[in-house]
Amino acid sequence: MPLLEVTDLRTYYYTLRGVVRAVDGVSFTLDRGETLGIAGESGCGKSTLAWSILRLVPPPGRIVGGSIKIDGMDITKMSEAELRRKVRWRKVSMIFQGAMNAFNPVLKVGDQVIEPLLLHTDMTREEAWAKAEEMVQHVGLPPEILERYPHELSGGQKQRLVIAMAILLEPDIVIADEPTTALDVVIQAQILNLMKRLYREKKMSIILITHDLSVIAELAEKTAIMYAGKIVEYGPSDAVFENPLHPYTQALLKAVPRLRGPKERLIYIPGSPPDLRNPPRGCRFYPRCEKRFEPCDREEPPMVEAEKGHFVACWLYARR
Amino acid sequence: MGEKVLDVRDLRVWFPVRRGLIETITGRARLYVRAVDGVSFDIRRRETFCFVGESGCGKTTTGKALLRLVPITGGSALFRPSKEVAEELEKRGVTIDEDGMVDIFKLNEKQFHPVRRDIQMVYQDPFGSLNPRFRVRDILEEPLIVHKIGETKSERLEMVSRALEMVKLTPVSEFIDRYPHQLSGGQRQRVAIARAIIMNPVLVVADEPVSMLDVSIRAEILEVFNLLKERLGLSFIYITHDLSTARYVCDRIAVMYLGKIVEIGEADDVIQEPLHPYTEALVAAIPEPDPRNRLKFRDIKIKGEVPSPVNIPPGCRFHPRCILYEEAIKRGEEWAKLCTKAEPPLVEVKKGHYAACFRHEAVRAAVTAKAAGGS
Repeated sequence: MPLLEVTDLRTYYYTLRGVVRAVDGVSFTLDRGETLGIAGESGCGKSTLAWSILRLVPPPGRIVGGSIKIDGMDITKMSEAELRRKVRWRKVSMIFQGAMNAFNPVLKVGDQVIEPLLLHTDMTREEAWAKAEEMVQHVGLPPEILERYPHELSGGQKQRLVIAMAILLEPDIVIADEPTTALDVVIQAQILNLMKRLYREKKMSIILITHDLSVIAELAEKTAIMYAGKIVEYGPSDAVFENPLHPYTQALLKAVPRLRGPKERLIYIPGSPPDLRNPPRGCRFYPRCEKRFEPCDREEPPMVEAEKGHFVACWLYARR
Repeated sequence: MGEKVLDVRDLRVWFPVRRGLIETITGRARLYVRAVDGVSFDIRRRETFCFVGESGCGKTTTGKALLRLVPITGGSALFRPSKEVAEELEKRGVTIDEDGMVDIFKLNEKQFHPVRRDIQMVYQDPFGSLNPRFRVRDILEEPLIVHKIGETKSERLEMVSRALEMVKLTPVSEFIDRYPHQLSGGQRQRVAIARAIIMNPVLVVADEPVSMLDVSIRAEILEVFNLLKERLGLSFIYITHDLSTARYVCDRIAVMYLGKIVEIGEADDVIQEPLHPYTEALVAAIPEPDPRNRLKFRDIKIKGEVPSPVNIPPGCRFHPRCILYEEAIKRGEEWAKLCTKAEPPLVEVKKGHYAACFRHEAVRAAVTAKAAGGS
């Protein structure tokens, strides 16, 4: 049984101007000790997907269909209290985008780091503090740092603390939403090294969500590419990066500027992603797709296994 | 590439740190944030010159200083104004040297005003830099009105249309009456670029122009820059933290660290054969879409974090983080002793490739020659 099984998940936002289908029929699985990277551009629904897994979708959004099973338990059917007791922090923790800027400026960071321990375990404050000191060293910081206030720390240090918090209760799954986006490249590389090490030592499963394909390549064994609320390609990272099948993935990879190797002409994808209140019929990428042909604007392409473990939702590979 | 259009020498921008009442009474010395601390470079016509560095290295402040958007502490900036601006300057009693250059840091505010026509800026955030209540035509017409260019409304409208064509927002009629919120991020950034080039400037300072955009449209903006450089003979200053986009637009790259340029050279030379250990670390840190990378840890030869620009380390300002220095000291190498004693000057180590690091003989020689000359 996979650790996490998401089936046909649908999360919609009921805004005054219409229903935004941010996540619209997403399915994937995650095994124990596996890293999955979910890549997509702004507005493709990747953060909404992450929030859905913890059932933290902000209103007016809500999960309207599908199931999310963690260790066989369907969390879409749990009560809020049960969810809080059994799932959040213990089973699944999350590194939110920009979390390092969410520390309360008037409290010592240590008091904030130990909060999940006080709320989710019966540890005393002293025990929790000792545990936090241990975790802080795991992420490469001196234990004294817990006595400091947020303004005394650099961005990299704060991000390390956020990571320490996420692994504090040793959850099975850590969801990291843009964990390095606001950081300088040198710090980004250090944080990625840290995540690689933690993942190897702790055998955690990680879901890494980012717009940056290079960051995914640094960490993820499997990659899913999202476009307009759907996963369009999914498979082992080696296959997705070296032999991309979906025209969107192919274009996206050619748009990434590379530092090394020959300087090939960068391409860009004309147009912009569709309005998710009213997505195009058929394949959602077809208005921007160079390879569109007859069925694309009428019927939605099914997800097919084009090669072993490598799935793609595109009419080029589907048999009708 | 053509003649020099800008020659900056020893630019310094220091921001005073506020003292409290008690500190003022007890006479504590005034402290400064030395955001830009002695930067020299030149830019030629039809050249894209890049400033690369991490946040807080002074790259944006350097760009702003050229438009005098921050108070200048010291240094000079010889600039070659366009013909129209040169005439305007002479009317205002500015003498232009026989080479056609003028020191824009010596002008007063009134004299500097026409120079703003010639040096334009493109900002990072196209969502914040365009007035949401203006249509595209108003956004582009505004600078023409401010600088009294174009006699009639229809003449200005024609210039607006031409600028939109230049940045490939075509058909013009489809875009000219839109409001910013009706445009995508890439289109907005193109409007911001059109607003900069409508003045027919000599130099455009672009501060992180693609970092807010999605990857799939970054290339579109980079292409516009390359096109404008070729067609209009513009010079660009491209400020970025991202060496990999720099590679696609820049002719030369200057790497900044803590208010100083530590390396300047042709873009490919700097990326492929960096001469300064900081550049090496920066290059090593940049990830790439290659899934084989996940199997190995990145070896980044740098330690600690950027110190405060109020307390700049003595000697080479990079030495407390430099692993090269640390290793050399451990091995007892003589040259590394200079790192804490003297500030390494920016010296041409290879042809057209400058570095400020004592590992290079040429840099050490420059310091010893200076010391000998001084005594």
